[in-house]
Amino acid sequence: MPYVSTEQPALTGGGYAARAVGLTKVYGSGESEVHALAGINMDIASREFTAVMGPSGSGKSTLMHCLAALDTATSGAVLIGDADLALLNDKALTALRRDQVGFVFQSYNLVPTLTAQENILLPLSIAGRKPDQEWYDTVIDTVGLRDRLGHRPNELSGGQQQRVACARALVSRPSIVFADEPTGNLDSTSGAEVLGFLRRSVSEFGQTIVMVTHDPIGAAYTDRVVFLADGRVVDELRQPTAETVLERMASIQTAAIAAADARLGH
Amino acid sequence: MLRVTLRNLLARKLRLLLSAFAIILGVAFVGGTLVFTDTLAKAFDGIVDGSVPDGYVRPVGSTADDSGGFGTDGRTIPASVVTELEQVTGVARADGTVEGIGLFIVDREGKLVGGRGAPTLAFNYNDAPSMTGEPSVTIPVGTEPEGAGEVVLDERTADAAGYDIGDAVSMVAAGPQPRIEAELVGIAEFGGGGLAGASLVFFDTPTAQGIFLDGEDVFDSIGLTAEPGVSQQQLVDAATAVLPEGVEAVTGDQSAEETEDIVSTALGFLSTFLLIFAAISLVVGTFLIINTFSILVAQRSRELALLRAMGASRRQVTRSVLAEATAVGFVGSTLGLVLGFGLAVGLRALFGYFGLDLSGTPLQFELRTALVCYVVGMTVTVVAAYLPARRASRISPVAAMRDDVALPESSVRRRTLVGAVLAAAGTSLMLVGLFTSVDYTAYLVGGGVLTVLIAVALMSPVLGRPVLRGLGVAYGRVFGTVGVLATQNALRNPRRTAATASALMIGLALVSTMAVLGASINKSIEVAVQEEFTTDYLLSSPTFTNFSTTISDDVRDLDGVDEVSQAQSLPIDIDGTGAFVTAADPDELLAVYELRDTSGSLNVGDGQVALSEDAAQERGVTTGDAVTLTFPSGDQEAEVAGTYETSQVVGNALLPFSTLEAAQVQRQDSTVSVNAAEGVSQSELGAQLDEVVADLPTVTVQNQEDFTDAQRASVNQLLFLIYALLGLAIVIAVLGVVNTLALSVIERTREVGLLRAVGLSRRQLRRMVRLEAVAIAVLGGVLGVAMGLVFGVVLQRSVADDGVTDLAIPVGQLAIVVAVAAVLGVLAAVLPARRAARLNVLRAITTE
Ligand SMILES: Nc1ncnc2c1ncn2[C@@H]1O[C@H](COP(=O)(O)OP(=O)(O)O)[C@@H](O)[C@H]1O
Ligand SMILES: [Mg+2]
Repeated sequence: MPYVSTEQPALTGGGYAARAVGLTKVYGSGESEVHALAGINMDIASREFTAVMGPSGSGKSTLMHCLAALDTATSGAVLIGDADLALLNDKALTALRRDQVGFVFQSYNLVPTLTAQENILLPLSIAGRKPDQEWYDTVIDTVGLRDRLGHRPNELSGGQQQRVACARALVSRPSIVFADEPTGNLDSTSGAEVLGFLRRSVSEFGQTIVMVTHDPIGAAYTDRVVFLADGRVVDELRQPTAETVLERMASIQTAAIAAADARLGH
Repeated sequence: MLRVTLRNLLARKLRLLLSAFAIILGVAFVGGTLVFTDTLAKAFDGIVDGSVPDGYVRPVGSTADDSGGFGTDGRTIPASVVTELEQVTGVARADGTVEGIGLFIVDREGKLVGGRGAPTLAFNYNDAPSMTGEPSVTIPVGTEPEGAGEVVLDERTADAAGYDIGDAVSMVAAGPQPRIEAELVGIAEFGGGGLAGASLVFFDTPTAQGIFLDGEDVFDSIGLTAEPGVSQQQLVDAATAVLPEGVEAVTGDQSAEETEDIVSTALGFLSTFLLIFAAISLVVGTFLIINTFSILVAQRSRELALLRAMGASRRQVTRSVLAEATAVGFVGSTLGLVLGFGLAVGLRALFGYFGLDLSGTPLQFELRTALVCYVVGMTVTVVAAYLPARRASRISPVAAMRDDVALPESSVRRRTLVGAVLAAAGTSLMLVGLFTSVDYTAYLVGGGVLTVLIAVALMSPVLGRPVLRGLGVAYGRVFGTVGVLATQNALRNPRRTAATASALMIGLALVSTMAVLGASINKSIEVAVQEEFTTDYLLSSPTFTNFSTTISDDVRDLDGVDEVSQAQSLPIDIDGTGAFVTAADPDELLAVYELRDTSGSLNVGDGQVALSEDAAQERGVTTGDAVTLTFPSGDQEAEVAGTYETSQVVGNALLPFSTLEAAQVQRQDSTVSVNAAEGVSQSELGAQLDEVVADLPTVTVQNQEDFTDAQRASVNQLLFLIYALLGLAIVIAVLGVVNTLALSVIERTREVGLLRAVGLSRRQLRRMVRLEAVAIAVLGGVLGVAMGLVFGVVLQRSVADDGVTDLAIPVGQLAIVVAVAAVLGVLAAVLPARRAARLNVLRAITTE
């Protein structure tokens, strides 16, 4: 058990799947400094499907990357379960990514030389673990890819590739899955398939998922929507519907315009 | 368009350097060879000009070439001729010269100075000037040699042997006095500059005559110096009038030219030998350039398609790639030229180590060298880039809009077909060259080998698949997922993998060929020695020179000795064709060795000769026919007394000593064969013989085993020299593996990021790259060894009649070749693997 300073709030997971505490991320320095994340506090409850929304450039991807241990924070802390990422070395981070985190990218990012099945099993085989056959079957049937398992990525449609990527993220039963605009490259039908699959993994299998999306309809699949603007959490919505999400987006937009006007001295 | 090309190049300096590497090394080899051989030629020119007098009087037909007979031309000119020549108008001075060959300086440790490298030349000292007007030799330190007990050495030799003025210098000679000792009284300086490592030894005239000319007042040649205003030709004409029969005068220019011809022929061999390896390196380099440009074009295909979409013509695309190649070729040639100069320095040091000391001559850099380097470097690059450039032009503009751009590639089937046709053509070339008697054998065989190698390279995507699959199974078993990924990567671009492996294959194929050939030669030697080396001991010279016949007298005096057979071997012409013959007492020889006669008698008497079956057949003669033996002194007629089964012991012909005497060849021994007397053990005899030659480093005592070992050692030495020279081609190929891997890692950046994101550790990632490299290298090794086996067996068959009778396949060595290939793969992967492991996961995954 590491020594914990009494002056700071204790950094423990507190039952959350992941936490961000005062998380900031600064790109560049001096003139060109960009505060992509300007102090994010956010708790992600286990077995919940969380959406992150916000205008382009608001820091959504950066947040995902920091939470998923793909990138390091400038200041503040990120916890996955009870593990403080800042305290882990590269080896431990690799192990954590491998065993506890799943990630779905906007561009599907499959290994072109491997078949769908091999891609799905890749994190497990890298770790040298055997898949849990029952869970594997469940995942395969849920994504509906059983008849495509022997195909290479270039023989699959975009929707199919993304479902392979989702299956890959889930098959190792990570404690949390991050998805950055997983439906961004898909038409609405394929997108709905992927979203439906993610929803079911949360509802039926108790998976924890955080997903970035631009689409209010997509957000409506989730349990909770967190709104970002300029690297800050500006709002939050529980049990969203497409309408309530749209409404919040509009009001955030109005507030942003008002703020911009104020800055410009109107 | 040109601007796009240049931007591209400058934006990727590292890539430019990597692709230029193949050219740099090949060009460096060419440049280094030219600079080095020019320097050698310059050094020898200096030696010749500094030593040849205005006019040169010599026995008819004895040229500087008589070292071909180990300097055993025994004809001389009486001293009276010198006195007569001195009286001739136009002759300022005439100096009788004793040219002593076969003398060696023994250093303080009892070792020969110079040894097998540069020669030791002994003369009677005089201060006669050379053509240049300066004295050939001066003695700036100490005094001239006077009397039997005094000697003068050149400075380098005295230093190398560790002798100071006043020390007693030990020498061994091939004449009647095998051991000579004299006080060092002076240090000589040669007027012509550097001596290229040769050692100079000077005695006074009577002493030199005593050592080399049986003490008679005669000379080997006479140097003439012209009066002022007398031309060389006038000098020669005037001298010719007083010369006795059998003696001729030639101008200094002619004599110098004759010597230079001989030197330049020898240098020509050397430079051809080195340039062959330069050419091999360039062929390997060509493969890598084709490969590198193919990869670059593939990676830039989207950009090239964009250019096409914006209206660039096919030809413009081709030209932009070729322009890039030209720039790469230019940069590569320039750097290669610079490196070549360094290589020449290295070659000079290497040859210096073997006794050819060129430190007295500055490196010669001729304009021609630069021209050749640029032409070779740029031509090779542009020609090699042509195929990828043409392929680039076939990219359709639509490709710019698509996500996954596939280059149009010629089908593997067509390549394989072309490869098969080429393989057949190359094989026939090789077979015609090897097994039929046509001219240009070397070109045919070399061309055939090259064609077959290219053919195999073309077919290698297909030939390599089973090898890679097999490796993949092993990888999967041992390394799990990482192994599978590595195999998939190697199989992903079969052409790229195969081309990279093929570059390595070429070098390793040649190494394997030499290994098979070397093993076969060694085995043949062993078999021949076992069959024919029927004597207990053999005395011979490790420097391939002769030694004094007095040694055998000492040997005959030993108690433990029964049969003794002396033999003198030398090259002469028989009926106009070169032959290597042995003179011996036939009774003695036949008592020691079992020569199997096939016709007539081998007991050759005066005026007779026995020929080996091969030599007789080659000249179309049989027992009873007459043949002409051509010695430096002229022709001798001889009757063929008999023929014998071709033997390594005797060579092409067996003569009696009386023939040498008639031809005025100095009697020395090349070998003495000795059998132990009854009741004397071999080792006892060995000990006695060792004692006889204890202070004679020019003579070694060997039994069958020693002899085999010595032969094998010299074969192996040559093999290692060739391996070392092929090493450069292999280095280039390894750089190719580095290059391919580095470019592949860049190309797969996103994938690498993904693998890291899903939990592949840096170590696993490095291992993946390493395994891919090993797969490529092992493929090259396997193909190379397979080709080497084929070439080696074919070559052995073709020289089976020339003494390489037995085929031996050095399985262990060939396995080592494959293992070395694997190790090279590991080394090649170091940088690309590190680079891949350093990639920032996030950045990698979000790259385009
Ligand atoms: N590697 C980077 N270097 C510099 N700035 C960056 C980098 N990545 C993102 N940014 C900046 O950080 C801010 C947030 O980016 P991002 O997280 O990608 O936003 P979103 O995903 O919400 O569109 C943007 O202003 C972007 O320009
Ligand atoms: Mg984003």
